Amino acid sequence: MSTHALGESDRAFERAGDEDHTADLPRERAGLWGFLTTVDHKRIGVRFIVTAFGLFVLAGILAALMRLQLAVPENSLIGPDRYNQIFTMHGTTMMFLFAVPIMEAMALYFVPLMVGTRNIAFPRMNAYAYWVYLFGALMIYVAFILNVGPDAGWFSYVPLAGPEYGTGKRSDFWAQLITFTEASGLLVAISVITTVFKQRAPGMTIERIPLFVWAMLVTMFMILFAMPAVMVGSTALILDRLVGTHFFNPAEGGDALLWQHLFWFFGHPEVYMIFVPALGMVSAIVPVFARRPQVGYPAMVVSLIATAFLAFALWVHHMFATGIPDMGKGFFTAASMVIAVPTAVQLFCWIATLWTGRPALRVPLWFVLGFFFILVLGGLTGLMLASVPLDLQIHDTYFVVAHLHYVLIGGAVFPLFAGFYYWFPKFTGRMLDERMGRWNFWLFFIGFNVAFFPMHILGLWGMPRRIYTYSAAMGWGTLNFVATAGAVTIAVSVLLFIVNVVRSARHGAPAGPNPWGADTLEWWLPSPPAFGNTQSIPVVASRTPLWDAGIVGEVRGLSASPPEVLVTSGVDAHADHRIAFPTPTIWPLLAAIATTVMFIGSIFTPWAVVWGSVPVVITLIGWFWPSRAETRRHRALEKPPPQVEEKQREHARV
Amino acid sequence: MIPAQDVLAPAGPQAAQIHALWQLMLWMCTAVFALVVAAAWIAVLRRRRDVLEPLQGADTPAQSRRVARIIGIAVALSALGLAVLIVASIGTDRALAGLPHDDALHIELTGHQWWWEATYDSVDPSKMFTTANELHIPVGRAVIFTLKADDVIHSLWVPNLHGKKDLVPGRTATHLIRADTPGIYRGQCAEFCGYQHAWMSLLVIADPPDQYAAWEARQRQPAGEPPDAQAVRGRDVFERGTCAICHTVEGTRAQGKHAPDLTHLASRMTIGAVALDNTPANRAAWIVDPQRFKPGVNMPAHNLPAEELGALLHYLETLR
Repeated sequence: MSTHALGESDRAFERAGDEDHTADLPRERAGLWGFLTTVDHKRIGVRFIVTAFGLFVLAGILAALMRLQLAVPENSLIGPDRYNQIFTMHGTTMMFLFAVPIMEAMALYFVPLMVGTRNIAFPRMNAYAYWVYLFGALMIYVAFILNVGPDAGWFSYVPLAGPEYGTGKRSDFWAQLITFTEASGLLVAISVITTVFKQRAPGMTIERIPLFVWAMLVTMFMILFAMPAVMVGSTALILDRLVGTHFFNPAEGGDALLWQHLFWFFGHPEVYMIFVPALGMVSAIVPVFARRPQVGYPAMVVSLIATAFLAFALWVHHMFATGIPDMGKGFFTAASMVIAVPTAVQLFCWIATLWTGRPALRVPLWFVLGFFFILVLGGLTGLMLASVPLDLQIHDTYFVVAHLHYVLIGGAVFPLFAGFYYWFPKFTGRMLDERMGRWNFWLFFIGFNVAFFPMHILGLWGMPRRIYTYSAAMGWGTLNFVATAGAVTIAVSVLLFIVNVVRSARHGAPAGPNPWGADTLEWWLPSPPAFGNTQSIPVVASRTPLWDAGIVGEVRGLSASPPEVLVTSGVDAHADHRIAFPTPTIWPLLAAIATTVMFIGSIFTPWAVVWGSVPVVITLIGWFWPSRAETRRHRALEKPPPQVEEKQREHARV
Repeated sequence: MIPAQDVLAPAGPQAAQIHALWQLMLWMCTAVFALVVAAAWIAVLRRRRDVLEPLQGADTPAQSRRVARIIGIAVALSALGLAVLIVASIGTDRALAGLPHDDALHIELTGHQWWWEATYDSVDPSKMFTTANELHIPVGRAVIFTLKADDVIHSLWVPNLHGKKDLVPGRTATHLIRADTPGIYRGQCAEFCGYQHAWMSLLVIADPPDQYAAWEARQRQPAGEPPDAQAVRGRDVFERGTCAICHTVEGTRAQGKHAPDLTHLASRMTIGAVALDNTPANRAAWIVDPQRFKPGVNMPAHNLPAEELGALLHYLETLR
């Protein structure tokens, strides 16, 4: 597509970006050294997105292998040992290495742009978070290729993953992968939360924060509260396996169900960590294509927060079959159903926005419509699973496989694709091809439903999950074959998307700063934004600053070297002070390498924790070691208030 | 008869209660789905444009109020629908808990990687007996399972009779079922339990009471004396070879407890936890190389001389 399809009035938005906000920005180092040392949130964000998407494709290939194995009964393509590794890797990759990281990555790239700041808070830590994530992913795939991939499922239930039944190092690699991704996730969460609270453009009060940023803020808080539970769990698992503690061993007073509580106390909120950012993306896209502001902004924000709270109150619905006291069953059933309310509120607000707007049915909106269809279906089967008696029948069957793919692909992957089409011009300065985009959408939508809808029926016909084959007499062959055909269609669609990205990145129509005539601050900057984003910080006076002339001024005078950032107050975003940000450095990479050596070493010997921490400490010291030149520049930029200067002079006299 | 394994064909009160709840949910959810998708579709199509139009001005307060009212009504209706589902769900749960279990048959079911051990309880210990993978139950009489696991977590699921219940090491659970229609109901382990999770199945055979009583009486008998010399030789192979390390045949010296009890092997329909039909040829192939059928299974291959294998198979055939 090209910009000529825009209405005349859109030119007004484009003009907003014509001014040069980048004249006096710091310059990024080029070449390999620049690549390894960068602390720019956009470069790291893109890197994160590309890595996570690559892992999505890898896990998709694993899914295709599973579908080929199951296409016909009693197939001998893949044996049980490899199959168990494949489905474990598929789930682990999708949940830990794709879905949560890609949402974090979208936050890394867009939150600073949307709140109008020059970089993410704690940029070095952020660079470190990426490297740790990358090395964790490399570790688990090397293990898988060497046929020592984890094989106890992405949930790693003990005792199957414990020392007695999960022999070898397979489950240790899994548990250590959790450590890697948790470390990475927590650091990103801290960065994003700090950015939202302290670096918003002046005037972006708490009721003017874009819904996308709200969604990311809520998600990052969920990460902070949920991930420690699985960290405790995976650490206890490693200790059981490596040094012979008995946290989960019933024979020695441990408890196998303790693992499930710890895992799902994280695992269920995790679903919402994936879903809530997607809600933010939909909220960013719907008003732009409906050509009007979002209906019910306060209700949308309250719904996001309510979803996050409720998400912590329903982990037990993964454990109904283990036997739960009656009182607990009623509570967790009710909580699991009530969480549908905030989602319904948002859904109705989007529909109202479209209803009262003049929707332009472009590819991002097609994917949002796909999201409505698939997510609502998946949400409704979720209500069925929330009911204890019905759950006892369909739990751990293909019905659940269908349900979870409806909510995760419908609830996260469709919005992500909508987001890719919507924000691709911001990443690259070029539009994705609209016609290929429609093919991409329709193949994905049809392929998805052909692949996953029959699984509901298979589950009701008695097909359990995680079986590598089934008897021909069961009568599951036809629907499994259909599902495999659907999976192939999805693969074609994703391939088409990759072709579209590669072609459009070079030959796509130039986009300009704001090709969709959108409302939020990322569209105020050139596409792609320069290193350092913006020389002057916008002063914001509305919720949709690019729509109603909501940029009422600019804060100038921030230093380029060292790069300074404007810090504002948490609620009202009053300009508070400016601080110099860290410069590019190799230390986060070195620290990540040292951390990786320690983590992987501790799979094999507990002493790695002792000796491995020495290089980690050394690299952290290097990381924070002040340079004289930098300190001098910082001092020179400091302008103490007059009375302080007075005191300093007095002090000097004494 | 082909064994059934189907949630949608309940054969007992537990499965029937859940099936009724399923139908309520199915219809309510289908209606909601149709309404929401239609609303979204109409919302997009009614004033659809091909290009991104200029922005719309802000809503008037009256417009905002109208939209808010409609959304409020939609949310209230959703909450009402959810309340109906919550009440129906808890109601079904209570109804399940209240089903009668007087005069129940007690079976202790233990999950092993990858087979099921069933011990039929009795107040008279001499009347207790153990079998594996094929459970007969009397039609119309409640059965209380006491569920245990010996190694990892398994889950009992016979969908025509009831939902599932996990067998967790270190814990004991109970599960109440009843079959009201005679038939063969297939069940399968529903919690991932390792290599052969896929082939960890069991059959629940609901017999009319008199047939069940006859089966039970037979199961209480130990294996008889081998009828001929070749069978004696076969028993010898069984007792002195590796078989007896893991398997039990009551009335012989074979008292292994790591694998299915084979006292009445030949009376069963299947072997290998419902992996193969119980024919002499399948039994032979299984003994020679069980890994061919269930890779990773704990039973080793047996490279027996032809004479010993023949005698062993002949002996197994006598275990009725």
